[in-house]
Formats: sequence, structure tokens, C-alpha cells
Amino acid sequence: MAWLEEMTAAANVPPAKDLWQVCPRCGAYVPKAEWNAANPVCPRCNYHGRMKARARIALLADEGTFAECHADVSYSDHLAFHDATGAYKDKVEATVKKTGEGESVTIGTALMGGIPVMLGAMNFFFMGGSLGTGTGERICRACEQAIAERRPLVLCSASGGARMHEGILSLMQMARTSAAIGKLKAAGLPFISILTDPTTGGVSASYAMLGDVNVAEPGVLIGFAGRRVIENTIHQKLPPDFQTAEYLEQHGFVDKIVERKDLKAFVVKTLHYMGF
Amino acid sequence: MKAIEIVKMARDPKRPHFFDYVKGMCSDFEELHGDRLAKDDRGLVGGFATIGGEKCVLLGHNKGATVEENVAANFGMANPDGYRKAMRLMTLAEKFGLPVVTLVDTPGAYPGREAEERGQAEAIAKSLEFCAALKTPIVVVIVGEGGSGGALAIAVGDRVLMLENAVYSVISPEGCAGILWRDGSKAADAAEALKITAADLKRLGVVDEIVPEGANGAAKSPKTAIANVKKRVLAALKELKKLDKEELVARRYGKFRAMGRFN
Ligand SMILES: [Zn+2]
Repeated sequence: MAWLEEMTAAANVPPAKDLWQVCPRCGAYVPKAEWNAANPVCPRCNYHGRMKARARIALLADEGTFAECHADVSYSDHLAFHDATGAYKDKVEATVKKTGEGESVTIGTALMGGIPVMLGAMNFFFMGGSLGTGTGERICRACEQAIAERRPLVLCSASGGARMHEGILSLMQMARTSAAIGKLKAAGLPFISILTDPTTGGVSASYAMLGDVNVAEPGVLIGFAGRRVIENTIHQKLPPDFQTAEYLEQHGFVDKIVERKDLKAFVVKTLHYMGF
Repeated sequence: MKAIEIVKMARDPKRPHFFDYVKGMCSDFEELHGDRLAKDDRGLVGGFATIGGEKCVLLGHNKGATVEENVAANFGMANPDGYRKAMRLMTLAEKFGLPVVTLVDTPGAYPGREAEERGQAEAIAKSLEFCAALKTPIVVVIVGEGGSGGALAIAVGDRVLMLENAVYSVISPEGCAGILWRDGSKAADAAEALKITAADLKRLGVVDEIVPEGANGAAKSPKTAIANVKKRVLAALKELKKLDKEELVARRYGKFRAMGRFN
């Protein structure tokens, strides 16, 4: 009966994808437990993987101090938008169910190194972190609350850009969030913008680039137009490191590249320099 | 009319462009060049202008009238240098108490290697933050294509006017169809769904006023279109001049703050 035992044993071995994480950049097989414990950073190539908003907040906030605000603000389907695959409302509802989040950014109050801050993180897993009216509203409210309570704003961006399904009103979120960030800065309060993978399109062309300090994680994608669109426009191949955090730093648009494990300490130190 | 037909009208090369408005609307125009950092972008131009006796700073996207101009101006797709020049000219306007008039007509900000290297994202972002707080009236006219962030960067104003057959959108119908329909040829469906016409945008509260173009549109009746723009711009300036600077900026903030407000 050995063959039967062998077959049963084989059937009980979990499939490889449950045990190993394949690094999307270098292809290394990393034990899943190790990958997750490192808040997914590849031990071989230092690839900084995408994180859910709440995991990121947990990494930055002093333990147990995060209190979510403006969670009642959710998406709006102003256009009653439909495309070839169905209604936006159905898609976004499915995303809300799957992620347990109401929008692509999560915002709240927290302490960082004992400093009271407004802390937010975008969630790439919520419709590609796209900038909807609800996202914009949450960010505007965060700015206004930060001004009222004299808190610095620390915001982690992760977004493909505007949310097409919300049409022109999605575009307008670039204007209103940038206006709100401007107010915050004019009130003498710091805005620390943390750029994570990816920060592109309308989010890079609004609040994400407006930090008093713009700090990026290593190797992440940051840019306005997509690589393919640019290559098709200029009929040239772009260098492999085009639109990486390192490329942006060289060209003067990112203040510093900081590894995930050092991010919190960097933000706290920066806030100390800013008088907090 | 179907949205995609209006898109075609908005893109019609025979429509009046920036320098046609200068000719038809201004008794004087003194172009000022350069961003004082790196370049003079031909895709976004501006200078001192006199419209119906009103001195102002006029700036806008420039698609160009000849093939050479088209190429030099990237067909109105501005580089970061263009947005930085716009901010420089608006700073002049603020300092010397002149109102700003912008003419928006671009397929979008230029997607180029150097544009990215010189910070296209930062230039647009900065311009949004900057326009929102500028202490002088800003009147925006969407005269042709209002293409995404490249248009919005000079479209944060106290009054946003839009020509009857202009369009204003977060993404081109072709781009949207390519992504959400996975078929670029479904641009007509995307154009409809995106709600990009003047009537749609007025209803959504993004545009304050629709400017009529005259018989068969601005390409066929450029004189009427330009005269109508001039009339509406002057009316808007007259109203805005009455407001004190703080009130003006507070109202502008409130106007954009309300766009897509969560209820
Ligand atoms: Zn790796």
C-alpha cells in the first residue's frame, strides 16, 4: 500500500505558490513566511513590494495609536459609468467587498515617535489606487483636519493615476487635493509625501509631488506618462532605470530614497527638524 | 450630436487657436518667453495683453498654424517648461495687479523622455497648487481640447468658460477605450460614457458657462466664436474685479473643493 500512502502524502503537500513567493523583479524564490515578515521586501534584490494601506500604516504609526477618520466617505458614481465589461458601480462594490475598504486611501490620526500626525496610505489593491472623488474628499478632509489640529500630514501614495470611471470629476481631484495641500503648507504645517510603488499619472501630478519632503522607497516606479506611451511618441527605447525612484532622485524630484525599514525613523527625524 | 462628433470638431485644425484669439481679441499682445530655468516652450505661450481695454496676462496652449509651428509646439502638448513659464507669468500678473486669462487647447501634457526628466508631474502639480492660491482673478476658457492634467494645470480659475464644441476629459476617448474596452476603436462608446461635452460638464459643475460658437462651429465661424469668447471673458473680469483678493481666493478654493463633494 506504500504507493497509496505516497500518493496521499503528495496530495497533501501545498502547491508551491503557497510556500514560496516569487520576487516579481529578480525571480528569486523566497519562503512566504520570510517574505511576509520582511513586509514584502525581497532579501535578494531589495525589491520593495506593494502593501495594503493598513499594513503600511501599522509600519509607520506608534503601536495602537492609529484612529481612522472620514471612513464614511466612499466612492461616488456621478456619471453612472458603464464600459464594455459592465457598470463601474458593480466593479467598485466588488472591490469594497473584497478589500473591506471604502476608498483607495485610508486616513486617520496617529502618533509617530510620539508626534501627533495625520497619517494616510493609499491602497493599490483598491482599483489600482486610482484617484476617485472619494479619495480626493478624504485627502482634502485630512488636510483640513491637520490644519485645525495643527498636525503634520504624512501620506503614502500608491496609484496608477486618475479613476477614468469617474470621468472629469476624477481629474478635478488633482486640483482640489493640490489646493488643500497648498493650504496646509501655507498654514506652516509639514507635508511629508512618501512615494511607493507605483506613483504615476494624476497622483504623481498632484499631491504626491508636493511634499515639503518627497521620500521614495528604493526602486519604485514614479512618473507622469506611461513608458509605452512615451516610447511610442518619441520612437526611442527608454533606459531600464527610467522613472525609478533612483532616476527621479538623480533628476532632482525626490529628496531621498529610504528603505522601508528605515522610513518611520526618517519621517520622525524630519518632523523633529521641522520643529515637532 | 454624438460626443465623438464633438471630439472631432474640438480637434479640427481649422478651429481658431491661441494666436487667432490674440489677433481677434486683443488690441495689443506682447509675448514674453521662457521659464527662466531651462527653456522657452512653444506649446504653452503667453504675455501681456489688452482685451477690450482691459490689461491682463494672457496665456494658453499653442497648437501652431503651420507644420513647422505644429512640430515646434508639439501640437500644443506642453513640456514642464511651459507650465513653469505659465507660473512665472502669473506671478507677474499677481504682483502688478493684472488678471489672468488662459486659453486651454491641448491633447495633454507632452509624454516625452525629457519632459519626465525635467519633472512633468512636479510642474503640473505645482501649477495646480499655485493657481489655487493666486491672488488675482483667473478666467479660463476651454477653447478646443481640454486634455487631462496638461489642460487642468492652467484651468484652475475663478470662472471656467467652455466653447460649445470643445471637450474636456480625464483621458482621451481612444486611451480610455484602449484600457476599459481593450479596443481603441471603441472611442465613440468611451467618449459617450466619459461625459466630456460642454453640456455634460456644465451639469457636473465643472464649467460655469457655455460659450456659443456660431453657425456650424468655431472652425466655420471663427469670428463669431472669438467675439463671443471676448465678450464673456470681459464680463467675467468685470465681475471678478469687484472682489477683494482674500475673498477671491477663498471662493476659488470653495469652488474646486465642491467638485465631487461627498454627500
Ligand atoms: Zn528580488
